[in-house]
Amino acid sequence: MSKEQETRLLRILEQNGRIDTEVLAKMLDEDEETVIQTIKRLEDEHVILSYAAVINWNKVEQESQVAAMIDVKVTPQRGVGFDEVANRIQRFPEVSALYLMSGTYDLSVMVEGQTMEGVARFVSDKLSTLDAVLSTTTHFRLKKYKHDGIVFGEDEKDRRMVVSP
Amino acid sequence: MSMTAKQTNHRLSKAVTSIEPSGIRKFFELASTMEDCISLGVGEPDFVTPWSVREACMTSLEQGYTAYTANAGLLELRMAISDYMEDAFDVTYRPEEEIIVTVGASEAIDLAVRATVDPGDEVLVVTPSFVSYSPLITLAGATPVPVLTDSSTNFKLTAERLEEAITERSRAIILSFPNNPTGAVMTKAELEVVAHVIQKHDLLVFSDEIYAELSYDEPHTAFSSIKDMKDRTILINGFSKAFAMTGWRLGFVCAPNDITEAMLKIHQYSLMCAPTQAQHGALEALRSGGDEVKKMVESYYSRRNYIVNSLNEIGLSCHMPGGSFYAFPSIEATGMDDQTFAEKLLLEEKVAVVPGSVFGEGGEGHVRCSYATGMKQLQTAVERIERFVKRHTKTNPPS
Ligand SMILES: Cc1ncc(COP(=O)(O)O)c(C=O)c1O
Repeated sequence: MSKEQETRLLRILEQNGRIDTEVLAKMLDEDEETVIQTIKRLEDEHVILSYAAVINWNKVEQESQVAAMIDVKVTPQRGVGFDEVANRIQRFPEVSALYLMSGTYDLSVMVEGQTMEGVARFVSDKLSTLDAVLSTTTHFRLKKYKHDGIVFGEDEKDRRMVVSP
Repeated sequence: MSMTAKQTNHRLSKAVTSIEPSGIRKFFELASTMEDCISLGVGEPDFVTPWSVREACMTSLEQGYTAYTANAGLLELRMAISDYMEDAFDVTYRPEEEIIVTVGASEAIDLAVRATVDPGDEVLVVTPSFVSYSPLITLAGATPVPVLTDSSTNFKLTAERLEEAITERSRAIILSFPNNPTGAVMTKAELEVVAHVIQKHDLLVFSDEIYAELSYDEPHTAFSSIKDMKDRTILINGFSKAFAMTGWRLGFVCAPNDITEAMLKIHQYSLMCAPTQAQHGALEALRSGGDEVKKMVESYYSRRNYIVNSLNEIGLSCHMPGGSFYAFPSIEATGMDDQTFAEKLLLEEKVAVVPGSVFGEGGEGHVRCSYATGMKQLQTAVERIERFVKRHTKTNPPS
């Protein structure tokens, strides 16, 4: 499969990780076996890391979740820069995402937990006590409007007439 | 009491009485009464206009741009169109003299015909094709003459067919590639062969290139970019399909100055100018819409592959269309005519497709399936069509 086709395949999987390989093969105009092999290789090479569902937890009542974005300023360390401290932070199970940022702070830490207290405790006990961490600013997420390119809310209606020229 | 076309209603002009309402309307009426109907009958994108375009339009309203524009459209927009045509298709048109912003490609087609043909003239129409060409030619007092394309050439126009259809009265030809409903695309080399015949018989060309951006396997060739063709070509394009802006009613036409001047006379008296808000939106579409267009094209591309491969598997043979967003399978395997097929499919399986004969000679025996519909619906539609074809095919479909 050409590189271009491979990118197409990944784009489609990114939108729908559960798509049938038969359908996928038709969409790519490739045979199914090639598609299966390519997916397997991309998994082996860790290009495809996992297949996740995007869930609107607000609709699942008992599952309340809080999430926070924490801006962290750190002292980079000689030789390894930010990687060492980042590596420490990312291992905490509470951390759902971690990015190195340009601008007024260095690391952006996404934390998810059951309660606000839980998140606060993580920040005060685990994060700010790391040697390299200079300061933290915690922002709690109030509402999800859009996530990974997906708009949370009602579908846009198809407003077209059923048949047109 | 409704009048059929056969009865003469003396209040109506002979011209309008001589044309029939579009065959698509009948299907629309039937399909719109059905619940849970999956429609592959829609001739427009399933995307909503890109947000930045909608936003620019709202801003123009906030800022009070609510007056008429110049007849030919905002000069700024015409300049953007000129740049776009040059960048995308390598054709140069002067914004002040050679471009008119119109109310959709639809108006542009009408202007082209009315500005150039006389009663008694024949205008060649490549068929199957968009429903409005022949009626507009008839309304202008001229005679539409079909030039057939068929599946043996993947619905491309050949020089032989064109030669056969030309008479002394032939004045112009309407080309329409990428094509609605066949999806056919013509390569530059193939157009050059046709151009040679056009030159020989001194025809004008109305080239409806509304689907230019939706050409999947090779870059689109603008007809006027072919050697010696620019001076005889009226190039029609618009925002409806590429930028998902059908309801905005905005298109444009590029042509030599003597022709744009003539068209502008009609346009200024009948329309004054294209809607101002839409023009502001279109300007933004040209400035920043490129990435969105790319995304939409990519999405049509994989859906095209999906539906065409699926239809062939089902036993409805279908060439791989190079452009637009229609598949045009033959329904020969079922032994039905296209009207019956479409009606039965709608009533029995609640899938709407458009019978090919609606698009003129050569369309019979085929149906138009628009794949500008979500993948989920396409998959369900394919399942339903498969069930339908199995039920109605006596011999097993080819595997
Ligand atoms: C080939 C062709 N030309 C022109 C049009 C009309 O486009 P517009 O919306 O710009 O009037 C259509 C719309 O279906 C079409 O398919």
